[in-house]
Formats: sequence, structure tokens, C-alpha cells
Amino acid sequence: MTLLDQPAAGASMGVAPPRVWPAEGSTRVPYWAYTAEDVYQAERTNIFEGDSWAYVGLGAEIPNAGDYKSTFIGDIPVIVSRDRAGEVHVLRNKCAHRGVQVARLPYGNATKFECPYHQWTYRPDGRLLGVPFKNGVLGHGGMPDDFENADHGLEALQVAERHGVIFASFGHPEPLDDYLGTAMLTWFDRVFDGRPLRVLGTMKQRIPANWKLMFENIKDPYHASLLHVFLVSFGLFRADNPSSVAMDPTGRHSVLVSARRTGPVDASVAGEMASLRVLELEDKRLLDIVKEFEGPATVVMQTLWPNLIVQQQVNTLATRHIVPRGPDAFDLLWTFFGYESDDEAMTERRLRHANFMGPAGFVSLDDSEVMYLAQNGAHADDGTGSAMVEMGGRDAEDTDHMVTEAALRAFYNHYRKVMGL
Amino acid sequence: MTLVVTEEVAVRAAIEELYLDYVDALDEDDLEAWPQLFVEDSSYRVVSRENVERGWPLATMSCDSRASMCDRVYAIRNTAMYVPRRLRHIVSALRIRSSGDAFAVTANFAVFETLPNHEPRVFSVGRYHDTVVDTADGPRFRSKLCVYDSDLIPNSLLLPL
Repeated sequence: MTLLDQPAAGASMGVAPPRVWPAEGSTRVPYWAYTAEDVYQAERTNIFEGDSWAYVGLGAEIPNAGDYKSTFIGDIPVIVSRDRAGEVHVLRNKCAHRGVQVARLPYGNATKFECPYHQWTYRPDGRLLGVPFKNGVLGHGGMPDDFENADHGLEALQVAERHGVIFASFGHPEPLDDYLGTAMLTWFDRVFDGRPLRVLGTMKQRIPANWKLMFENIKDPYHASLLHVFLVSFGLFRADNPSSVAMDPTGRHSVLVSARRTGPVDASVAGEMASLRVLELEDKRLLDIVKEFEGPATVVMQTLWPNLIVQQQVNTLATRHIVPRGPDAFDLLWTFFGYESDDEAMTERRLRHANFMGPAGFVSLDDSEVMYLAQNGAHADDGTGSAMVEMGGRDAEDTDHMVTEAALRAFYNHYRKVMGL
Repeated sequence: MTLVVTEEVAVRAAIEELYLDYVDALDEDDLEAWPQLFVEDSSYRVVSRENVERGWPLATMSCDSRASMCDRVYAIRNTAMYVPRRLRHIVSALRIRSSGDAFAVTANFAVFETLPNHEPRVFSVGRYHDTVVDTADGPRFRSKLCVYDSDLIPNSLLLPL
């Protein structure tokens, strides 16, 4: 069902009119896309319960048999667990009986999942093991004769894992490799190259903005040298850094790649960057950076539809898991990691570089705040306006520079297709 | 009756004064005073309770020296883009124990945050686990660990807790 299936305006009381995207296409984002409840509900169905591979965690978070974590796809609660054979399962966290949330701890270890209300018990793969009093008590009650355990399991999702990263789907997407595509896989495998990962910890924040603004922010290299004064002031980023923006063929995924440039800035560029003045830190260890990957790129930010950002900035590596919470908020769950092979100095470096990121991040705090302002602005609209997305032109093609919003246009091309807009 | 101030009471009063200075620095926009409440070789960390319980080393905010704290202050004053806000710390349940050459201090904190056009909200609650040492200038922090209870930070952690 898409938004175009809704009844026509005036046809019934209080029902939203059919949503029509502006005629200009993906160079516009109507503000109702960020604020409307009906759009949010349609996203839940079409995107998060559709044929997409949603990130649910790292294998290193559930290393041992029986380990599980509770998390979300969209805003739908799921349980991610590793069974005794080492296989990963993902289940909708909702009892087959009367819909009670079965797993109530954020993480743990269990050989089976038992609903607290009536103790219906499930295997990690979702199969219903036991129903207390199924056959009644002393000849009274019990489930009907035609009740079969096999018909009443926890909903089991499709699961795919690549190099220690776990994805799941309520639908039936193509194989994960094809879903990501060769261009995205190259960058994904640069960070997730098969080396065992080590979880360093999590940061979590509730950002008062629409979840799509988070994707826009990481698909938007245009803002980096303008909003992020810290990056420019301490020489970490400049608009003349060699950079590129690339998408997969559908436009739903993208990657921003940049290489740090030192030396004097061209005068024409310097004039546009209001904050350009290179300062010195008092504790210079924050800028102790080690080149650890092949190639010149010093920052690679990847966005993978529908809910994942993969961050490599200096030596801080993290996944950012987007959990929408209605049209006006989303939770951003950061999992910072390194490799089992990191020495103590590298681990210390990664932990120190984490100060660039997260809710207190020298860089990312600006983004959290600006997304809040963007959501406030979207609500200030009269209901007919749109964001204008024409930096770099009107196409949605890869570029070899950062002065573009092409990745946003590509994202909305795919979004509109999936949403029937 | 003559009031006798025991050494224990004097120590407690001096350390409480340090905490009053700490709260004032953050709540009354005197951010530059914040690092000066620490000795030079000190640390400041803000960590979620989940990370502590799971034995994960990541901090949401961390400074490995007073110099690093000065850098944090500089960044807040000069580079961060943010909607203006006011914090209000409530610190209670201060417990002071002697620990070698220092004092181990724990306390509860609640921080309220007020944004423009919003009612005050609870921003963070948790516990301080600190070490305080005596210096020529009076008590100072040698380490401060702020463990916050909630999973989720309400948007941004701009100022130290």
C-alpha cells in the first residue's frame, strides 16, 4: 500500500489528502516528508518491513553461543541471537500469543526465550517449544485440538552477515552482496575486511529530527567545511581536499570519500570558508593520527539504506544505527569498534578520537544541533513548501568533488520509488 | 558552648566547596574555571552505565589531561554550533572516603537542561566517582568519572556533566 492509495481529499473526515511529490522531482523534498504521521507509517511498512537489509549489530556484540541483544529495525523491536551452533537468528520481539514483548533485557545470554506473561517458550530460531497448560489441567481447558506449535512461532527474519556485520530483513531482498553492489562493497570491505572486530563501546542519543535528515547529513559533503568549524580550525578538513561522492546504481546507498590535504589553501577557496584559521591544540594527542588503510582517503562515510552509517574518520571507526521514533525524532545508536589485532596504543588512539563523534563530538555535535533546527524549520512551513536540493546541479550522478547534493537527490529517487511518491 | 570543628568536618567542608565551584563553573557559564578545578595531570570521563556494566572502555566525552580539558572548553566556546541552553546541576549524597594520598568521593548528580521555548527537562542523572587531592590552592580533582544512567542522551552533550 502506498500513500497514493489513500482516499481523496474531502472524501472522509480528518484523513490526510493523497501526497503528491513536487513536479520538480528529487531536487525538492516537501516538508511534509519530514513531519507527517501518515508518511511515517507508510515508511514503516514500505521501507523497514520491505525488501531491505537492515543493520542490527556486529557479530562481536554477541560472540558466544546464547548471546543476544534487543534492538530495532525501523522502530520495530527485534531480538538478535546466536544459537548453540553459532548461527545468528533475528526474531520480531512479539509473542505469538497476545503480542507481549518477549525479551525485555537489552542484552543477555539464553538458550531459549520465554514470554513473561504465560511462559510460552521459543527456540532462538523462533519455533514455539512449549505452552504451559496446552493440554489443560485435570481435564479442563487447554488449547483447541487443532492448535499446532509449528503455526505459532516468533516471526523469524532473513539474516545475512558479512565480515562480522549482521543484517536482517522482514521481506525478501536480493542477496546482500547484490543489495550493496560492487562500488559500496569495496568501501564496506575496506573497514570490514574480515579481521575480527573488537567492540569498544556504545553511545546513544535521541535526536529531535526526522530520521531522513540523518541520511541527508551524511550524504551532504557540502556542509562539512562550513558547519564544522572544528574540522577546519584544526586542519582536518577543507573544501579543496581531494574528494568524491559515489552511489550504487539504485541511488539508495552512497559513500563520501576525502583525503586530508595540508599546505596553503587556494585564495578563492579560503575566502568561502569563514572559519579557516589553523589553530593548535593544547593536548596534541587528539591529532595523533595513524594511516591504517590502503589509499589516500582519510575520511570515508558510507550510508547504507535503510538504517546504517559506517564511519571512518581519522582512527575512529563506528557503525551508526538509525532507529526512527515517529516523524519528529530518531535514536542514533553508535557502536565504536576496533580490531582484535589493535595494539594498546591504537586502542587508546581510537578511544581518544571518539571525542570527534557521538553526542558530544567535536564534529558531530554540530550535526545533531543543526538537524534539530532543520526539524523546527520544517514545522514552520505552511504545508506547501519544499527543501531545494540543487547544489552541484540537478542530476544524481557520482562526482569527484564535495560541492554537491547529488547523493541526496539519488536517495530521494529511490525513496520515492519505494514509497510510491 | 564552643563549637569544635573536627578535621573530618573541615575536610568535608573544603571538598563540598570544590563541588560548589564545579557546579558554578558549568551552570553559571564560567566554563574557563572548569579545567582549573583539576590538577595538571588529571582525567575527566563521561561514560554510560551500560558501557561500565559491559566492561567496554569507550567514553562519551574524555579528557586525558587538564590541557585536553582546555581544548574542550575552547571547542565549546569557538567551534561548536548549538542552540543556547542553560544547565542546572543538583549534586547530593556526597560520600568521602580516605584513599591513600587522596580522597575517593562519590555523589549523585541530576542535570536539568533548559532550551529556548522549552520547559526545563531532566537531561542526565547518574553518579560521580572522583578522586580529590589536596594542593596549595586547596582541594582539586585528580580524576572525575561521570557515569550516567540513561541509555539515551537527549540530543547533544555540549557541556561537561
